[in-house]
Amino acid sequence: MDRPIFRTEAVTKLYDTGGAQVHALAGVDLSLFAGELAVLLGPSGSGKSTLLNILGGLDRATSGKVWFRDLELTALRDRGLTRYRRDHVGFVFQFYNLVPSLSARENVQLVTDVARDPMDPAEALALVGLSHRLDHFPAEMSGGEQQRVAIARAIAKRPEVLLCDEPTGALDSKTGVQVLEALRDINDRFGTTTVVITHNAAIRRMAHRVVRFQDGRITAVEENAQRLAPHEIEW
Amino acid sequence: MQALDIKLMRDFRRLWAQALAIALVLGCGVAIFLTSFGMYNALEDTRAAYYERNRFADVFSETRRAPAPLAREIAAIPGVANVETRVVGSVILDIPGRVQTAVGRVISLPNGGEPQLNRPILRAGRLPAPDATGEVAVNEPFAEAHGFAPGDSFQANLNGRKRTLTITGTMLSPEFIYTIGPGQMMPDNAAYGILWMPERAAAAAFDMTGAFNSVALSLTRDANAAQVIDHLDDLLDPYGGFGAYGRDTQLSNSFIDAEIAQLKNLALVLPPVFFGISAFLVNMVLARIIALERSEIGLLKAVGYSDAEICQHYLMLAGLVALVGIVLGFGAGSWLAHALARLYADFFDFPYLIYRVSYDAYAISAAIALAAAGLGAVRSALAAARLSPAVAMQPPAPPRFSRSLFDRALSALRLSQPAMMVFRSILRWPVRAGLTTLGLALAVAVMVAATFTDDALDRIMDVAFSQSNRQDTILLFSEDRPLSVVEEIRRLPGVLAVEGQLFLAAELRHGHLTKRVAVESRPPGTDLSRVIDGQGRVVAPPPGTILLADRLAAQLNAGPGDVIEVEFLGNRQETFRLPVAGLVTQYFGLGAYVDYDTLNTLFRQAPQISSANILLDEAREDALHARLKEMPGLAGTIMLTESRRSFQDTIAENVVIMNTIYATIAILITVGVAYNGARVQLSERARELASLRILGFTRAEVSSILMGETLVLALAAQPLGWLLGWAIAWSMTEGFTSDLYAIPLVLRPATFAQASLVVLGACVGAVLLVRRRLDNLDLVAVMKTRE
Repeated sequence: MDRPIFRTEAVTKLYDTGGAQVHALAGVDLSLFAGELAVLLGPSGSGKSTLLNILGGLDRATSGKVWFRDLELTALRDRGLTRYRRDHVGFVFQFYNLVPSLSARENVQLVTDVARDPMDPAEALALVGLSHRLDHFPAEMSGGEQQRVAIARAIAKRPEVLLCDEPTGALDSKTGVQVLEALRDINDRFGTTTVVITHNAAIRRMAHRVVRFQDGRITAVEENAQRLAPHEIEW
Repeated sequence: MQALDIKLMRDFRRLWAQALAIALVLGCGVAIFLTSFGMYNALEDTRAAYYERNRFADVFSETRRAPAPLAREIAAIPGVANVETRVVGSVILDIPGRVQTAVGRVISLPNGGEPQLNRPILRAGRLPAPDATGEVAVNEPFAEAHGFAPGDSFQANLNGRKRTLTITGTMLSPEFIYTIGPGQMMPDNAAYGILWMPERAAAAAFDMTGAFNSVALSLTRDANAAQVIDHLDDLLDPYGGFGAYGRDTQLSNSFIDAEIAQLKNLALVLPPVFFGISAFLVNMVLARIIALERSEIGLLKAVGYSDAEICQHYLMLAGLVALVGIVLGFGAGSWLAHALARLYADFFDFPYLIYRVSYDAYAISAAIALAAAGLGAVRSALAAARLSPAVAMQPPAPPRFSRSLFDRALSALRLSQPAMMVFRSILRWPVRAGLTTLGLALAVAVMVAATFTDDALDRIMDVAFSQSNRQDTILLFSEDRPLSVVEEIRRLPGVLAVEGQLFLAAELRHGHLTKRVAVESRPPGTDLSRVIDGQGRVVAPPPGTILLADRLAAQLNAGPGDVIEVEFLGNRQETFRLPVAGLVTQYFGLGAYVDYDTLNTLFRQAPQISSANILLDEAREDALHARLKEMPGLAGTIMLTESRRSFQDTIAENVVIMNTIYATIAILITVGVAYNGARVQLSERARELASLRILGFTRAEVSSILMGETLVLALAAQPLGWLLGWAIAWSMTEGFTSDLYAIPLVLRPATFAQASLVVLGACVGAVLLVRRRLDNLDLVAVMKTRE
């Protein structure tokens, strides 16, 4: 875990909301390491989603620099960011963002169609325990199942990083645990660097490291000496 | 299949009703374009091929009697390639089993057999033998109208002598693609036939041995037609030339020209309306789909789809709609082209089929349809591609409503909240509301512009038949006769009243502008045939002046007070200068009117007439015809009662067909616009409307908000549609105006009312379809969905 996979230097992000300027990020320096499972913790508006979006190439920093390995993300134009997302990053969102007109398998195929060395969609769905739901449409699945389809979709391209924005935010604790188990399993099995945003403090206990946010700044970085399995976490 | 393509197909299937509504409008555009453009090409190509193969002449002239050797001088005119001199004449025919007279146009065939120019195609039988005196070939439609086959015969009054003519064959000629007899309003193949007769026989019948009275020329490639015409006139004037003319005023050719011009107009005017509306509908629907799929677009971008792939995805959705439209349009267009070709077959006599629409026309119409859909889609598709992924995954900001002047006005009206919602929404999306209104207005306009032609034709019929020409029959003399012949005709059976009329071929000149017309003159006190002006008043030219039809005056750039030069042709080769006394609004022909006594004084002649107008006792019509068949010196008879009836029948039939087609078109446009508009609103406001239901509003109240907006816009569209309809009708009257006829702009309140009723009815129907969806709305599900 010595080699940083992400490195940020004095990253700021300014939002212009009709007159008032909001500092979503006010100078963030952070390194994330290969194979680590990091949890970004903080209240709403603390800047953690903004950072995740910048790391994932979905958004641009106002100032500062961001590297993915030796690739300077802040120097890339749209085309380069698209390429970067296509080749290296998997996303999981709070609201699953499945395409309602596509079945589980087809939603995963959406990614495998454009990835360089993808898994078979059925294999990715098997990894999240959904082999029996391949041909179901999003409307026919529970929230937890939908989120697991989203995880399968994210990992099917064998990404180096998996960025999860409140993956359990819309789920009850039981299904939430299933989703976290899936994430932990992927991290263990493939060594995929996994960044999880949450404002549920209990989840921090499954991480290697916990990064705390407040008002667009990092207030603390803690290492977990003792990681818990998701089913051991109480929330 | 790629997952994105699967999504495309599923989205398309889900949107089928909206897609179909758009595809139908687009299909209309494709069908009309295909029909008009396709038939325009087909007609032009067929005509060009026919003219080329059968050597249709470039210049024509008639003369009273020119010596045969003059042909050599004509051939020496620079630019002339071929000369064909002929003997032509009109004869009254007595056809077995037909009570009424028919008129035959005799055209001589050269002694060698086939003419060099205007070569007829032998369809059956053989050409008449060069030295036969009782043989003719007839035009095929005439033979078909009477069930004649080679070997059959009929009688003809050849210069006062009744002779039996035997049909040796049937023919078609490029000179008579559209065969219309003198004074006929449309082709009547039973009443008018072309008779090809060997030159010797024709010359003997019309006293033209060693002479000719008609000449046709073909020109070399580099010839100047105007110069050749001038030259020919100079040569023929001493022999009573009636003035040479080019293809543009050759009767058959100019009717086809008019039809081709009309097809071209149709191709240029209507399809753009449909393509424009389709583009707007695609734009409206796609913008909504993209708003709904915001987060999906964000996701696609997050997983690495490029801007181009996303743009293409939505363009393809529009492409699928266009594809359905194209298929529908191809089907309907091919059918329409076939129907039109059948109609043409009734009026135009071509030796080959003309309904083959070229592949080019299909390709062009498909390309235009795709371009229209693409144009409508491109803005939304680009907007989708440009969405930043991080922004796309956030719910969109609520639309910015703000207080404006309008709001204060609305508040002052103390409208109910639902009414406020309707008006605010219109003001919030003014472009969309404006385009919706425009689309519905165009539907109204199409209806107004289509039905206006019935009213216009009614007016034409009224002026032409009830007011101007009140006689039942016109007798045309082969030579002008003294006015006293009227007394002779009065004694014929069934004649209640008879009046003479004089027609003189003349060329009118004003400055450098010239026009060949027939100058009309009526003996004083005549009442059956009158000149009616635009206000419906009977007018008569003051002595020593000329009255002009307004379209003729416009062509000569002459107005009241201007002096124009009148050069009389034929046997009266004299030129006079006459002041224009006034202009007359006329729908048929290019009339020029001179006082009767003035003409007699100018020509120093006893009063003459070239035709007689008769008021008939219908009960004795048969007896009259029996006598006319024997009467010498008669070139033709015009049965106005008959023309009136067949004109009215044809018009009535066409009006029903055209009204049905245009009403269908208006309904398709309305449904396309109103249905999609309401669907988009339902989609945008589902949450809002569901909230109102939860708050306790009734279904009717909630749906009134949804229907309200569309219906408010539909009402606003009516006056705009009337105005646009008026403008289209006006431009149609301009477009249809030719030397042959003009269409008056007649718009009755009923026309506007009918258009509005159809469009409003279709609009309510379309909105009710959407209301059904609103009634079935699952309130809980709607409230749960994130937007």
